[in-house]
Amino acid sequence: MQFALLIYHSPEEFAMRANDYNDAHLGAWRAYYKALVEAKVYVGADALEVVETATTVRLREGKRRVQDGPYADTKEQLGGFIILEVPSIDAALEWAARCPGASLGAVEVRPLAPEAKRRGFTGERNQ
Amino acid sequence: MSGINEENTHRTIERVARESYGRLVAYLSVQTHDLASAEDALSNALVSALTHWPKDGVPQNPEAWLMKTARRSLIDVVRHHNVMQSSVPTLKLLKEDSEKTVAAEFPDERLKLLFVCAHPSIDPAMHTPLMLQSVLGLDAARIGQAFLIAPKTMGQRLFRAKIKIRSGGIPFEIPQEPDLPERLDAVLEGIYAAFGIGWDDMAGTDQRGRDLAEEAIWLARVLLQLMPTEAEVQGLLALMLHCEARRPARRGVDGRYIPLSEQDPKQWSFKLIEEAEHHLTKAFERARSGRFQLEAAIQSVHAERARTGRTDWTAILLFYERLLRVSPALGTQIGYAAAVAEANGPETGLAVLDAMDLEAVSHYQPYWAVRAHLLQRLGRPREAADAYDRAIGLAEDTAVKEFLLQRRG
Repeated sequence: MQFALLIYHSPEEFAMRANDYNDAHLGAWRAYYKALVEAKVYVGADALEVVETATTVRLREGKRRVQDGPYADTKEQLGGFIILEVPSIDAALEWAARCPGASLGAVEVRPLAPEAKRRGFTGERNQ
Repeated sequence: MSGINEENTHRTIERVARESYGRLVAYLSVQTHDLASAEDALSNALVSALTHWPKDGVPQNPEAWLMKTARRSLIDVVRHHNVMQSSVPTLKLLKEDSEKTVAAEFPDERLKLLFVCAHPSIDPAMHTPLMLQSVLGLDAARIGQAFLIAPKTMGQRLFRAKIKIRSGGIPFEIPQEPDLPERLDAVLEGIYAAFGIGWDDMAGTDQRGRDLAEEAIWLARVLLQLMPTEAEVQGLLALMLHCEARRPARRGVDGRYIPLSEQDPKQWSFKLIEEAEHHLTKAFERARSGRFQLEAAIQSVHAERARTGRTDWTAILLFYERLLRVSPALGTQIGYAAAVAEANGPETGLAVLDAMDLEAVSHYQPYWAVRAHLLQRLGRPREAADAYDRAIGLAEDTAVKEFLLQRRG
């Protein structure tokens, strides 16, 4: 099963990222990725730029609405994601607990929707 | 004035609930073989106590009051079930002795309940959650927290397990020889698993499970009270008390992780060590060795350092060799490798790790932590750094991550 770990950063962690992480935190992230790859559960991952760079677009009654900033006005914001291939939600939660992002912000675990891929809703070719 | 009374009443209810919960659920469920209904009936009774006791005063025998109220509620529940399925005999049974036992002492059936929770036909992963819920009264959310499982999921899994108990014909009885040792082992494993979440040699103090360790010790004390002549029960209690004794020494004032070898024995609880030693001696007197006694013996050798100032690794290694023969679990193999390294040098310890199945340890943090440490001692810094990264990546506790990052250099 594939799961997404959605990593939410607190403003402090975004600030840390902007000023380069202190060594310990960066070391923890590097080690975490290494462990994911070596355990053969890693599918993909990426980090998002800081929240200030976000632009949100809506179409309402045919009109474009564009606003500065992220869609949701919350303290913790999406900072990146990791896709994992693991046997169960239990295993996905274990990896979420080990994630360095869990100790500063929060990590949301969501299964990927397999039917979306099957019906061609994603860029991947049908099997 | 009434505010204070009310507070006292609430505290009494809390205390009675804690002390009597398991006894009441056990007694009710032994009669109906229906754990879920027994729990529901008791929570109804507790709610009722919250409304009646502050008004009418705490009854002379609070436990009997709860029993009477829960039983009445249980009859309603069973009657409701009767409409859909015929469980007339149960209802008759409940009614028959409903009057006579209420005032008198009712038998302690918690032992039967523990054996039901750890029955071989129930998923082993659910043994501990079931014990925590039915004997201690912890709710699914709290149990889910400890096991890193979403509260709703934990609730569903507990529910399914209870359906199985009701419909699967699991006997509410204490197993007899020759099944007893194996069945008892499952109960002990269940209790130790709860403790293990609160105390893990490599991971340090885990916030998730801090009070779960206390709950596990409580369960072991209950079990010992019920089976006072079982050496392994006493061995398990000794093991947990030894570990618990070191809790204050496992973190520095700044929250830093401190491994056992660097702990200051002056910070260990001598009261708990003494109690652990008492139980271990008693267990050994019965001359029936077992896994938990051996693990307790290993911890007992570590505790000796408080007196002698040194650790007798040869003695620890001997106990590990015996332990491996009865319980070759992954954690035991790692502990053995570490003991071999201390007693006979790091390269022999590393050879033990090398011989292990790499597939089995790829997610197992203690393996990588010990491996990194041994490689470092052998002056192989590149391989050590690699192993440290694996150990850090697999660690959950921030303090442990920081400790390993520092060691990694």
